[in-house]
Amino acid sequence: MQRQKILVLYTANSALDSPVIGWSVYDGTGQTRPMAGDQDEPPYRTGVDALKDGWRLIQAAQLLPHARGAEFDLAYLKYEFFFEQFVEVQP
Amino acid sequence: MTGLPLLNAQQMAQFVARGFLRLDGVVPEALNAQFLQEMGEIAPPVPGRGLMRTYGEMLAKAGVPEVAAGTPLGQAYPEGSALAKLVQLPVVAGAIRSLVGEDPIFDHHFLHVTFPPAYHEASGGENVSQHTHQDSTIDPRTAFDIQIMYYPHDVTREMGGTRFVPGTHLRRVSEVALGRYQNIRGQQHMVCEPGTLLFIHSGIWHGGGVNLSDRTRTMFKIRINPNPRSSRTQVRQFDVSTLVPQNQQRPIFYVKGPLPPSVEQTLMTPEPWFEQDTGRLEFLNRIRLWRYLTDDPTYDADYWLTRVENLAEV
Repeated sequence: MQRQKILVLYTANSALDSPVIGWSVYDGTGQTRPMAGDQDEPPYRTGVDALKDGWRLIQAAQLLPHARGAEFDLAYLKYEFFFEQFVEVQP
Repeated sequence: MTGLPLLNAQQMAQFVARGFLRLDGVVPEALNAQFLQEMGEIAPPVPGRGLMRTYGEMLAKAGVPEVAAGTPLGQAYPEGSALAKLVQLPVVAGAIRSLVGEDPIFDHHFLHVTFPPAYHEASGGENVSQHTHQDSTIDPRTAFDIQIMYYPHDVTREMGGTRFVPGTHLRRVSEVALGRYQNIRGQQHMVCEPGTLLFIHSGIWHGGGVNLSDRTRTMFKIRINPNPRSSRTQVRQFDVSTLVPQNQQRPIFYVKGPLPPSVEQTLMTPEPWFEQDTGRLEFLNRIRLWRYLTDDPTYDADYWLTRVENLAEV
């Protein structure tokens, strides 16, 4: 039986080999309970380092043009990459 | 002159750039003790008893008045109460005056208690940290509110502490829509001595840390608005005598060594989480906030706004 683990990395620009500036982990195996504020250093230096460690990239943030008149407005982190791993668990 | 110890230009620039001002151990021990005594005892964990019920009873018993939103801050707390004394401390009143101006308005307050594992085990709930969020709702203003977070007892790292991300306050987000972000480089956790205050810009991203100790953790928060009816809202309310006149822009990019400390240097210091492109937009937004607070519509730092405001085609 397999369960999914999710890693979300936020990087300094749209390149997957740029530095990680934010991160989250969601563990479908239930073996760990990641939560906000639980780690002050990123698990990987870049997104590529996550690939090297076996994480599979499943989604990357799009690059969108800036709306006229709102070019300087900032909101959410811009460069978001979702990765997955499947982990064998006992039924 | 107000007679209050106002914030200087460097402290204001720090607040504009990073969105917080931390004052460690500034509340006298006697006042911390009075506050905790007025808040009352927190009931011990009882198996099967929901944590929300424990919390509700604690709020009902605590010596905190219900105060109408929009009340002048000076009328919010009974004279002699710990909270009245807190906002009257010169260091607190001076910071409030500097950041939100004369006759500020009480918005709301709350007694935040974070419970240790025994309470969660007794209630059957999960002991987790709070999702990172920006308080209230989407806020497109340049004007801002402040929130004072008061820590009346010591807070260790094991107790969680308030987590916040310096420099996030100028982002226009919708409350806990950003809850997906568990960790951000440069995040800070409030580990502090008793009587510490954290003043934050209302936009700062923050959340309560999980308490893994065996003690309850208490924090009291007060949100304060500038008064729109005051003739002197939050513009030029700090110690403007500490402002250094800006005769010309600093050299940029090609510099032969570190530049001396200055308001510009503070405003142009990035946070570890800044994205490489939007980090520059953060600089622009900091400059705009500095223009507002100093009432100087031509101010610039490192040429960021001068360049995009050069409408040569017109």
